[in-house]
Amino acid sequence: MLSRTADHLFWMARYMERAENTARMLDVNYQTLLLPQSADMAEEGWRGLLSISELTEHFAKQFDEVTADNVMRFMVHDVDNPSSIASCLRAARENARAVRGALTTEVWETQNQTWLEFNRLLREGAFERDPGTFFEWVKFRSHLSRGVTVGTMLQDEALYFLRIGTFLERADNTARLLDVKFHALAGEYFGAGNVNNSAPRAGQAQPVPQGESVRPAEPDRTESQEVDFYHWSAILRSVSGFEVYRKVYRNVIRPERVAELLILRPDMPRSLAACMNEAVANLELVANEQSSETMRRAGRLQADLQYGRIDEILATGLHAYLTQFLDRVGALGVGISRDFLVPMKV
Amino acid sequence: MKSPFDEMNTASGEVREQYRRYKLWLDRQPGAAMQARREEAEMIFRRVGITFAVYGAKDEEAGSANGGTERLIPFDLIPRVIPKNEWVEMEAGLRQRVTALNRFIHDVYHDQEILKAGVVPAEQVLSNSQFRKEMMGVAVPGHIYSHVSGIDIVRAAGPENAADGSGTYYVLEDNLRVPSGVSYMLENRKMMMRLFPELFSLHRVAPVAHYPDLLLETLRGVAPAGINEPTVVVLTPGMYNSAYFEHAFLAQQMGVELVEGQDLMVRDGFVYMRTTQGPKRVDVIYRRVDDDFLDPSVFRKDSTLGCAGLLDVYRAGNITLSNAVGTGIADDKSIYPYVPKMIEFYLGEKAILHNVPTYLCRKADDLKYVLAHMHELVIKEVHGAGGYGMLVGPAASKAEIAEFRAVLEANPSNYIAQPTLALSSCPTFVDSGIAPRHIDLRPYVLSGKTVQTVPGGLTRVALKDGSLVVNSSQGGGTKDTWVLED
Repeated sequence: MLSRTADHLFWMARYMERAENTARMLDVNYQTLLLPQSADMAEEGWRGLLSISELTEHFAKQFDEVTADNVMRFMVHDVDNPSSIASCLRAARENARAVRGALTTEVWETQNQTWLEFNRLLREGAFERDPGTFFEWVKFRSHLSRGVTVGTMLQDEALYFLRIGTFLERADNTARLLDVKFHALAGEYFGAGNVNNSAPRAGQAQPVPQGESVRPAEPDRTESQEVDFYHWSAILRSVSGFEVYRKVYRNVIRPERVAELLILRPDMPRSLAACMNEAVANLELVANEQSSETMRRAGRLQADLQYGRIDEILATGLHAYLTQFLDRVGALGVGISRDFLVPMKV
Repeated sequence: MKSPFDEMNTASGEVREQYRRYKLWLDRQPGAAMQARREEAEMIFRRVGITFAVYGAKDEEAGSANGGTERLIPFDLIPRVIPKNEWVEMEAGLRQRVTALNRFIHDVYHDQEILKAGVVPAEQVLSNSQFRKEMMGVAVPGHIYSHVSGIDIVRAAGPENAADGSGTYYVLEDNLRVPSGVSYMLENRKMMMRLFPELFSLHRVAPVAHYPDLLLETLRGVAPAGINEPTVVVLTPGMYNSAYFEHAFLAQQMGVELVEGQDLMVRDGFVYMRTTQGPKRVDVIYRRVDDDFLDPSVFRKDSTLGCAGLLDVYRAGNITLSNAVGTGIADDKSIYPYVPKMIEFYLGEKAILHNVPTYLCRKADDLKYVLAHMHELVIKEVHGAGGYGMLVGPAASKAEIAEFRAVLEANPSNYIAQPTLALSSCPTFVDSGIAPRHIDLRPYVLSGKTVQTVPGGLTRVALKDGSLVVNSSQGGGTKDTWVLED
C-alpha cells in the first residue's frame, strides 16, 4: 500500500475518533448543566474541557468569558479550532476523499454523508435547538463509521492502519479526560506536578496550538458525597462506562476504581489497556523491515498496562503517570509516521 | 441558422423509431414523479461525491466549511438514444480515425513520411508547441501513443441530407492527451438503472460497465516488453484537480493504486512507488497529468505533480506512459483539418467520419473569409480547451465580435474557424418543463493490443436555451447514452 494512502487512512480514523470524543466531553458537560451546581463548578467543567484539548489560549483570543454557550460554539462550529467537531469531521472526510479508492463505497459514502449532514444540521439550527441530540448524532455517526469499516473492508493493511489510528487517538483522548477530570476534584491523587506540562496534541500537517492550560482552582474539600457521585458518574458516562462500572464492581463509585477501569481494565473498550492491545495487535499486522523499534515501544507500553496496578499508579501520582503515558503515545505516533506513513527516503 | 436536427422528434413532429417506446413510457410518467427522481439523482450524486472542481469559482455551499469548490454536473434524466446501425458505422469510423492518428504520431516522431510527402505541412508540425522533440526516435510499445482517445462528435443537418432529415455526424475534435469524462458515462448509466429499472426491461440497451476492464486490459497490454505481470497505476494531480473523482474512480474500478507525483521516485533506471513495505516497481502509468507537469527535470521546473527523472526512464523503455508524451501534436486544432488525408495516407481508405469544414486563420485567404464572416462562424484557439477562448459568432454581441477581431488579427495563426453547425438537440428537463437542448457525444476509444470501444460514450448537453457550449465548466450537463441492440 502507498505510504501516503496509509497516512490518510490513519488520520481519517483519528479525526473521526476525535470528533466522537469531543462530542462525548461536550455532552457530559452539557448534561451536568442540568444538575444543580454552583456557577464556579460549571465554569470549572468548561475550563477543564478546554485544557484537555489544549485550547485555553486559543479560546481566550476569541471569547472573553468561559460560558457554556461560548465553549460549545467554539468546540462545535469553529473551523479555526483544529479540535472542533466541524474541523475533525471535515479532516476525516478530506482524508477519506484523498483515498476513496482504498475505501469501500460504503465507508466513503458514510464519511461523505456525515460531513454533508453535519453542515445541513448546523444550517438548520439543530445544534442550538437540542445540543444533547446533536452530540448523540455525532457519536452515532462515529459508531457507524467504525462499524461500516469493520463490516465491509477487506482485512488488509488499509483496515489495520484505520484501526491503529482509531485506538491511538482513543488512548490519547481517554488519558486526557482522566487527567483533567481527576485534577479538577481529586488533588490528592496527583502527587507532584500539574497539568501544565501535558503532551502536545497530535495533528496532521497543521500547527498544533501550544497548550497552556489554566490551573484549576483548589477543589472544595467540603463537597458532599452527592456531588462526588455526580462528578464521577459524569466521567464514566462520557466514556459510556457507567453501566460497565456497575457491572464490574457492583459497588459505590470510588475515584480509584474509576481510574482502574479506565486505565487498566482490558475489557473496558475505551480504557488505555484495551486501546493499546488493539493498537499493538494491528501494528503487528503491518510490521515492516524498519518498524522493530516502534513495535518494541508499543509492546512495552502495552505490557506496562497489562501488569500495572492502580495502587502503584496512584502512589507515583496519577498526573505524572498520565503525562508520561501521553508522551509515550505521542512518540508512538511519531514512530508510526516515520516507519510507514511518511514517504521513505531512498 | 437552419433549425437543428432533433434526436427524438422529426421536423413534422413524429417520434423517431428509436425513441418510440421511451416516449410512450415518458408520457405516462406523472410530472411530480419525474421531479422526485431528479431530486433523488442529485442527492445520490452528492452522497457518492461525484463532483468536479471549477477553477476560480466561489464555493456555492453557503454556510458550509467546505474546503474546495465541489459542484455537481447536472444530470438529465432523458437519455440520448443511438440506433444500432448508426453506432456500427460510427464505431468503424472511430477505429479508423484513431488508428490513423496513432500511425501519424509514430510517423511524426520517426521517419516523418507524411511531412516528406507534403500531405501535412512540415512547419505545422515541427514548429508546433505540441511537438515534443524529446520523443524523436523513442520506441513505445506496439507503436501506440494514444491509448485512450476521446473523439468529440456532433450531429447536424448537413447539406447532403437536409431533405431526409437524418442528420450527419461530424467529428468536432480529437482528444488524445488526457481525455476525461468517462466516469460520468459509467455513473450516468448506473444512475439510470437505479432510478428507472423498468426502462431497461423495455429496451435492450448495450452495456458500458465493462469499460474499466477494457482499460486495464489495454494498459497491461502496452507494458514494457518482457514484463508478464505489470504493475499499473493511475497518476493524478491530486484531490483538488477538477477530475479527481474520475481518477479515484478508475483506479478503484481497475483495482490499481492511485498515485500522486510525490509517491513516485526514480532509482537505477526504473520508477518506483513508495509503499508501507518499501519501494515497489511500477510498469505502466495511466497518467492524468499533462506532459508539461510530468517531469520537472525536463518540462516545467516548478511542477510538483510529476516525478523527476521520469522521462529518462520512459525514453529507455522501462516504463509505459499512457497516453504517450507528445500526442498533442495530433489533436491540435491546426492539425485537425488534415485527419481525413492522414487516413488516406496511412490506411488507403476514405474517412468514414466527416470533419467539419475548417478555416485556418494562418492562411491569408482563410483569414480574409473569417474576418468577413465572424458573425456566422465559431472561432477557436488552436490549443484551447474547455470552451474557453472561443467566439460563437451568431450568439455574440457587436462589441464581443469587435473585441475578438482585435485578438484574432493580432495573432491569426493561433485561431481556426468553422461554420456554426446547427448542433442536434435532445429533449431535456429544464425549469419550465421539457425542452430541446443542444448535445454532443464523446465516445472513448481504447488502443492497445487491439482497438476497442464501449457502445456510446458521454453525451453532454448545453442546458442554457440556444447555447452550443456543452462543457461542464460552462454550465453543461450530461445524459445517459443508449445504443439500442435492436
